[in-house]
Amino acid sequence: MNWLAFCSIASAAVAVSFGAIGPALGEGRAVAAAMDAIARQPEAAGTISRTLFVGLAMIETMAIYCLVIALLLLFANPLLK
Amino acid sequence: MNSPLTSVALFHLGPIPITQPVLVTWAIMAVLVLGAIAVSRRLTREPSATQEVFELIVDTVDSQIRDTMQAEPGPYRAFIGTLFVFIFAANWSTLIPGVEPPTAHLETDAALALLVFLAVIWFGVRAGGVRGYLRTFATPSPIMIPLNFVESITRTFSLLVRLFGNVMSGVFMIGIVLSLAGLLVPIPLMALDLLTGAVQAYIFAILAMVFIAGAVGGETAAAPGTSQKGKTP
Repeated sequence: MNWLAFCSIASAAVAVSFGAIGPALGEGRAVAAAMDAIARQPEAAGTISRTLFVGLAMIETMAIYCLVIALLLLFANPLLK
Repeated sequence: MNSPLTSVALFHLGPIPITQPVLVTWAIMAVLVLGAIAVSRRLTREPSATQEVFELIVDTVDSQIRDTMQAEPGPYRAFIGTLFVFIFAANWSTLIPGVEPPTAHLETDAALALLVFLAVIWFGVRAGGVRGYLRTFATPSPIMIPLNFVESITRTFSLLVRLFGNVMSGVFMIGIVLSLAGLLVPIPLMALDLLTGAVQAYIFAILAMVFIAGAVGGETAAAPGTSQKGKTP
């Protein structure tokens, strides 16, 4: 195995692992804030949870980007062709 | 293991290679269209149980559009509803053994995101004319024009990558677990995958609504989250 393939595999793992940290922290904060808001104002639960879902999807996209980068490195790496 | 970024041609229709996602998409389209025709062919004022269920679905879509876009659902019901029902059916087609959801491939998601991109332009031009639509790029100030322009492309791209990444990662993970441990072990993961599929269909439809509402413009069509601002004590 040459060093280019080694680097690709290692950086794919790094991309997924570090790309998961940020969104995890962000989603935790978002859910905590939404819980707080629902506890204060239960009648607004519908709006809050819909907004929460959209926001979580937005945050989650960051992790998904990292996953796609990792898959590009593993399966469609232009340097290894 | 097969790469999730490529799809293998099953057979060729003339010069065009037909892949498995295309076949599944056609099957879903046929089922949805025929089902819709069969259900709506005999509508009565005293609804039967089937009609009741489908009226409930349409009502739910309507109320979601009304809540999110702050507008009457009439012009948007067909597009948003079809988008949601199709993605939902596509994500849950993984329930049929041997079928891979077409949304786990980049091409299907690209087509759906492109549809949303075109629908935003179409609804925007229809609501405010070409000038009115172009003026939405200059809100809140003309300095934002390049940023808004880039955003309209990147958000389409993120719509595509979000759906693809979520559905594909589910399929991929089940594949890996299945190759490690056989019978019954992947079932909880598949249940999680169904939940993700439903949520992603919902999110895709909601985001399409938010984008269209932004292009249709007006003070009433605010994105969700901005409408509740300033009301909290």
